[in-house]
Amino acid sequence: MSRPPITNLPRLTHPDPREIIDGIGRAAPQGKTGKAVYLKELDYSVIQQCMHCGMCLPTCPTYDATKLERNSPRGRIALMRQIADDKMEVTEAFGREMYFCLGCLACETACPAGVEYGKLFEYARAEVEHSGVLDNPKRSLIRNVMLRGLFTNPHLLRALGRLIWVYQATGLQQLVRDLKLTRLLPKKIREMEPLTPTVKAQFSDQLIARVESPEKPRYRVGLLTGCVQDLIYSDVNRDTADVLLANGCEVVTPRSQYCCGSLHAHNGEIETAREMARRSIDSFDLDGLDAIITNAAGCGSHLKTYGHLLHNDPRYAARAAQWDAKLKDIHEWLAQIGITPPRPGVEAMKVTYHEACHLCHGQKITQPPREVLKAIPGLDLVELPESTWCCGSAGIYNITQPEMSKELLKRKLEQVDKTNAPIVATANPGCLVQIVSGLRESGREIEAVHPVSLLAKSYREQGREVPLRKPSARSKSDPAPAGH
Amino acid sequence: MDSTVADFVAILGPKRVLFEPEHLAAYGFDGTAAISGTASCVLFPETTAEVAKIVRYAAERKRPIVTRGSGTGLSGGSIPQDGSIVLCLVRMNRVVELDQRNLTVMVEPGVTTITVSDLANSVGLLYPPDPGSMKISTIGGNVAENSGGLRGLKYGITRDYVMGLEVVLASGEVVTLGNQCVKDVAGYSMKDVFIGSEGTLGIITRILLKLVPKPESKKTLLATFDRMDAAAETVSAIIAEKIIPCTMEFLDRITIRCVEDFAKIGLPLDVEAILLMETDGHPAVTHDEAVRMEAIARRCGAREVQIARSEEEATRLATARRAAFSALAREAPTTILEDATVPRSELAKMVNFIQGVAERYQLRVGTFGHMGDGNLHPTFLTDERNHEEMERVEQAMVEIFDYAVKLGGTITGEHGVGLAKKKFLPNAIGCASLNLMKQLKTTLDPDGILNPGKIFDLP
Repeated sequence: MSRPPITNLPRLTHPDPREIIDGIGRAAPQGKTGKAVYLKELDYSVIQQCMHCGMCLPTCPTYDATKLERNSPRGRIALMRQIADDKMEVTEAFGREMYFCLGCLACETACPAGVEYGKLFEYARAEVEHSGVLDNPKRSLIRNVMLRGLFTNPHLLRALGRLIWVYQATGLQQLVRDLKLTRLLPKKIREMEPLTPTVKAQFSDQLIARVESPEKPRYRVGLLTGCVQDLIYSDVNRDTADVLLANGCEVVTPRSQYCCGSLHAHNGEIETAREMARRSIDSFDLDGLDAIITNAAGCGSHLKTYGHLLHNDPRYAARAAQWDAKLKDIHEWLAQIGITPPRPGVEAMKVTYHEACHLCHGQKITQPPREVLKAIPGLDLVELPESTWCCGSAGIYNITQPEMSKELLKRKLEQVDKTNAPIVATANPGCLVQIVSGLRESGREIEAVHPVSLLAKSYREQGREVPLRKPSARSKSDPAPAGH
Repeated sequence: MDSTVADFVAILGPKRVLFEPEHLAAYGFDGTAAISGTASCVLFPETTAEVAKIVRYAAERKRPIVTRGSGTGLSGGSIPQDGSIVLCLVRMNRVVELDQRNLTVMVEPGVTTITVSDLANSVGLLYPPDPGSMKISTIGGNVAENSGGLRGLKYGITRDYVMGLEVVLASGEVVTLGNQCVKDVAGYSMKDVFIGSEGTLGIITRILLKLVPKPESKKTLLATFDRMDAAAETVSAIIAEKIIPCTMEFLDRITIRCVEDFAKIGLPLDVEAILLMETDGHPAVTHDEAVRMEAIARRCGAREVQIARSEEEATRLATARRAAFSALAREAPTTILEDATVPRSELAKMVNFIQGVAERYQLRVGTFGHMGDGNLHPTFLTDERNHEEMERVEQAMVEIFDYAVKLGGTITGEHGVGLAKKKFLPNAIGCASLNLMKQLKTTLDPDGILNPGKIFDLP
């Protein structure tokens, strides 16, 4: 399915997200301000829901780090309210604050009053982008290329992925690193270079056939392969398909899928996010599927909000609501249908589990991933202290706010050390990239994997046949399910 | 940047002085509904010496100072008025010394309540005061407001655990009051003057707390009722039978629904009230008391009484209860929380009266609270933008406070007077007491720079 690039979207001019630095956010003000639009469009009761009791403060990683009210959920909501009430204009400091927030949604879990912080946060970032308070030419260029270009066009994204793969597979990357040629790069890019994840040789469409069926199908499900996930964790997608097949699900995987739009929604591009949502919905025959499965927590959390995102769209509102009802995280779905246990088997292994924010806070899914892990014979699940504390990945936060992100990563790895587990499982590509890079950089001999990969490996190791309708569609050698 | 800010930057450095509108907006409120103000700047001292310097500076220029911790107060005590300087003590958060021989811990005011609680727990001790916001509230704020909590019935309140204080006076002078001695009658007990003074008499910079041995066992009971006054009668009857459990918490129907909506722990939704009761101590005693409490509850008309099966279940219940106030915000945009407290023998009357008032003024009210110590939290569910309804809330509050005082009670059991209850204070305590308080205030803070306008106004 190929569609023309998206046009007719609002003008995009955005600052370099890297310039949003510390909690105090005291940079030379550009003097630009703006009037509220998006925060006014939002039902006022969502803002008013916050009764500033402070229960969110101890769960907020940025407040924990700075102890400044503005860096807390209730502080940020207070600013949003000032803007919605016309007591304050949208300022650069407000913009910086909104990008200092991780969007981890730990505050939503902690909030007894049920404030929908995630919604407020998306509208606030849209407000920032609309006002242009953070605009500068470099930021605009980066955002245009990334958000509007790459992440709206799967073919372009894959072409870039292929280029990086060639660079990595030919050993060029290693050579560049060995010769310390990275020193030639600008400082900011040089710092990000180690974060570059390893691109897979084959993407999801090469690993998974359009339709794959088990011997006795109980359900028919759609599989979302993601955008970044498709490039760097296509093996996890294959594993997900295998696990679904082993659990009696026929798997339908549309070709060349679009980005779900979470990146856009979380970065102030609500209109683009809406368009991405429409395209994703169009990719699936909703009536013919029992569920649509995602294995990426960050995407899942956003994918379940299509109903809200498109509720004013007469053509899509009904289908978006239907989509929300059928959208399931893979663990959630397995727990719902009952996991077919792999036969008791092989070696014992100790595993700890880091909860992706957008799974535990965004989707309130905490037990199902543990059930998936515990279903694996011989697996000893050791609880990770602070398992629900953000690892600092937070979408593109590790690129926009590297310092805060590194602090959180360090804290996460120290907790992993406490468990003495050689494997840390987590169900989000962002967390995997972040934790893998932290493990590699610190020289720890710990593996980071997706829980589903461990389950898939367990099915395979005991020689359980995972029957496929089109075995030819699978790669000759199964990709290793772990250790990137 | 005005000259005052520049002077503070000279004392604290640029990172510990905030003055930008985007920062100040986040310090204009605390946990109190419908009241806010604006600070001129926010300062983050890290030592007593820095606090003293700031106070001396403010005293010379007669600039008002509002001290604040995590800003979870429920009477507006830490809200800055008229461009006050906010002194935020969250960076003074060191545990100075845990003394296991004397069972004390010395902390700075910015240490959170849960830190002290966890620390005590780790060495087999207990710090009993456990206000609802204990995960983030600071000890300094707890002492300044003389906070209570769920265990007040048996263990008392913050005051009962403060053995000593270091205080910066309005002149900038530093005094140390109290010590590790269990007995000390050397002069007036000056530390007690500062406990519950809401930041109006001095700035507390160090606190010596008493810890107690951790009870060996506890039993948690959950009783459900079809009538609210039956729950109140149960509490009165248990006290009358000379049982002092550590906790007897009450939730009415609306509150139960909100708490369950948030915590999802399986609370019954078809009852008018629940009582969450806990007894702790020697296993033989807790067993015996639990059996007797269950019998009393049944005699008073409880529909069901369950005993928590595990420590985790008990903790889940208590944690859910702590969320009650905030959870009520699910029902309405503005929640006006009251703190009326009556002698325990009068509970049933008070509960019925609150219901009657709510009906007469056509208001929705959710009531919960520490029934065991007579401390109720009737919470009006309203919308601050509806001025007509807010007026009715005001009138209903007046009636509730008047009635509480008539029953021999008080207008605030644990939240303090602050701004929210200022106008109800004269009627509650009488002219002579109020004058005594004012004399004390003018003696200790002659220029009125410390949290002016809180508790009462001075001419």
